[in-house]
Amino acid sequence: MLDTFFFYAFALLTLGGGILTVTRRNAVHSAMWLIVSLAGAAGLYLLQGAEFLFAVQIVLYVGGIMVLFLFVIMLVNLDEAAKMRQFNKQWWVALACVSGVGALVAYFLRQGAGAFRLARPPQGAPILEGNTERIADVLFSEYLLPFEIASVLLLVAIVGSVLMAKRKV
Amino acid sequence: MLHPITTVHYLLLSAALLLVGTIGVLTRRNVVIILMSIELILNAVNINLIAFSRYFGDVTGQIFAIFVIAVAVAEAAVGLGILIALFRNKETVWADEIELLKW
Repeated sequence: MLDTFFFYAFALLTLGGGILTVTRRNAVHSAMWLIVSLAGAAGLYLLQGAEFLFAVQIVLYVGGIMVLFLFVIMLVNLDEAAKMRQFNKQWWVALACVSGVGALVAYFLRQGAGAFRLARPPQGAPILEGNTERIADVLFSEYLLPFEIASVLLLVAIVGSVLMAKRKV
Repeated sequence: MLHPITTVHYLLLSAALLLVGTIGVLTRRNVVIILMSIELILNAVNINLIAFSRYFGDVTGQIFAIFVIAVAVAEAAVGLGILIALFRNKETVWADEIELLKW
């Protein structure tokens, strides 16, 4: 019961924040609503027992990426930008997306729970206890090579973004 | 009145968030907000991955979500760097005024 309540609360934060992110006129307001949306998603992770990802989401997204976004908004902010036209002329593509996904969702809602033939989880699927330890175990044994490749990717991204933003190389 | 929350609820929420992000990418003119919409899309993917990780009782989905976050960070850093370089050269943040490769 409490789970249900929290799911709907976090879902409202996530979706409402997302909708306000893409509709606000001022880019700073968009960034603030994106923080709300990301925090709501973090709450959803916590509800599903992914404590490590909850912490990563808060620290990395809300603490790191959003500060980066706000810095860039301050750097490129044009005062008249908020007064100009905010949307381009592609609204019909967006309308097609909305109607397509809307039709899909309506179809599945009409079909009820039987429409979702998800693969059956293995019998006695373990509850994810000790989340961080289990993630570390799997990440540093089975997925060690992808982990190292991800670190190389981040190094390339750091060097690349400095190179892009520098006035003279 | 309230049904218990199942994986399907998370899937529908994730689809809705993906849709909102897609609409943002397609219709906004401000490049910064387009980048923010991409973050929304990646978050929708993460919600999906974690819902299935819970459903199957397997942490592999969460490992994948960590990689998605790493790629999202790299994308945001490089994208904002490109945006700063672009703003220095063209003095604009509107995506439809950046048309050097259009003919």
